[in-house]
Amino acid sequence: MIFQIILLIMLAYVVGFIYFGLYRNITARIQGRYGPTVYQSFYDSIKLFSKNNTVSYGWMFYLGPVIMATGAVLTLVLVPVFSDSDFLRSVTSQGNLFVLLYLMVLGPLGNALAVGTGGNPFGVMGVVRGLTRLIGLELPFYIAVVGLIIAANSSDIVHIIDVQKTAGLNIINHPLLFIGAMISMVGFFGASPFDIPGAPQEVYSGPRTEFSGKFLALLMSQGSLFAFAKLVLIVDLFLGGADSLVMLVLKTFTIFVAIIFIGIVYGRYKVEQAVDFLMKLPTLIAVLGLARIVWFG
Amino acid sequence: MESGFYGSSLDGNLKCKFEESGLANTHEIMEKAVRWFRSRSIFVVAYGTGCGAIEMPPTFTSRYDAERMGVVGVATPRQADLIILSGYLAYKTLRRVIRTYEQMQKPRYIMTLGSCPINGGMYWDSYNTIKKLDDYLPIDVSVTGCMPRPEAVIDGFVLLQERIRNGEKAGWEKYDENFEFYKENQKRVLGGHIDPSYETDWYNLKSGGKA
Repeated sequence: MIFQIILLIMLAYVVGFIYFGLYRNITARIQGRYGPTVYQSFYDSIKLFSKNNTVSYGWMFYLGPVIMATGAVLTLVLVPVFSDSDFLRSVTSQGNLFVLLYLMVLGPLGNALAVGTGGNPFGVMGVVRGLTRLIGLELPFYIAVVGLIIAANSSDIVHIIDVQKTAGLNIINHPLLFIGAMISMVGFFGASPFDIPGAPQEVYSGPRTEFSGKFLALLMSQGSLFAFAKLVLIVDLFLGGADSLVMLVLKTFTIFVAIIFIGIVYGRYKVEQAVDFLMKLPTLIAVLGLARIVWFG
Repeated sequence: MESGFYGSSLDGNLKCKFEESGLANTHEIMEKAVRWFRSRSIFVVAYGTGCGAIEMPPTFTSRYDAERMGVVGVATPRQADLIILSGYLAYKTLRRVIRTYEQMQKPRYIMTLGSCPINGGMYWDSYNTIKKLDDYLPIDVSVTGCMPRPEAVIDGFVLLQERIRNGEKAGWEKYDENFEFYKENQKRVLGGHIDPSYETDWYNLKSGGKA
């Protein structure tokens, strides 16, 4: 079991970092640049892990990235990776969607505690922006998930995948829920127009302002693990899971490219604009989808 | 004073452990690998002084695209490896630059643009401008010209990458070794008090805070 967990983390690390390399590369190509190599995120992470660290704000500051990484790894091990085999599904049966939804916000809250200890005003501003945005982001995503739970009559992800094998994919059966969840996923990935917490020209790097060296590397690594977990979750919930590694990469990459393309063409919302938008359009779409399930099945 | 890796790119303790267990060769290979990764990923904090600041946006954006070599701009000195000083430095600016440089985490490098940081340039007889920056902070790469074009700046990046790969002695190591010399020169032009003063014991603030 331990072996499978380690293998899963390594898989997510590699795939997540290559995806982020592709993210930078595709963004560069769209902007008319040559762009960095696909492996650039590996180089960055290894370099940061080998850097010196002389900043100290007490132990709570250092716990922040650790709590974030904990949230990411726990989310990762609870999401079933393959639909047909039990491989890499070591502790999945211990959790359900409710646990996952809770764990997805564990990281930001832990980070908020740490950044508060650092006392950097840009960090605190970034955290406040992030948590405000979270109010808007969670609403459509949670409504969509509740809709799926009602439709499948279970909060077990494996069961939701199994239902899709006979009844058809959720993306076709419940398109409104998918649209609501995807808009909020764009925000969960920190893509424009919801890249408010770390907005480069406004609050420098937001919550990451005061982190350097190994802790920045840890934040980057957990980001890639978490990104992979979220992509697999979306694939499981709406695209019926993946039965092989090729299908997994194909499906997650399709979702990822969609998010990149949405992110690259839009500018950045202000905080209140983002919450305003998320509470209106995506929430309305998700509520309509939920109503369709409740009243028409 | 900050403690850290002196003279070697990996931790000194780690090196000792490798040598004790007869794996000095492995350590060498690891060091080479780390140097290569460091050369391929350089985070830049662009400190725009003087006229050279105008050459940096084209270097980093679509036209010349420094990101293809792994050179990316970052927002804070905490995350940066390289600081680019893009022109003349007044005494007032030097104070801020020293502070920014000392906030950066080792290994850290300095690159200057133009002739002003080398010999004062057209400000050679100015009353408030630094004539030779190398006396106050250790410069790794000087890109000359008035002003250097983005191609020349990229040439400077390539030179810095080669130096990191070859493991040549970097500026921050010289700064650590000759700390008294640099501080003496800085005090001569800036007066007695330079931030950060290394008198506060940050780890024992409750016990009076004096080291």
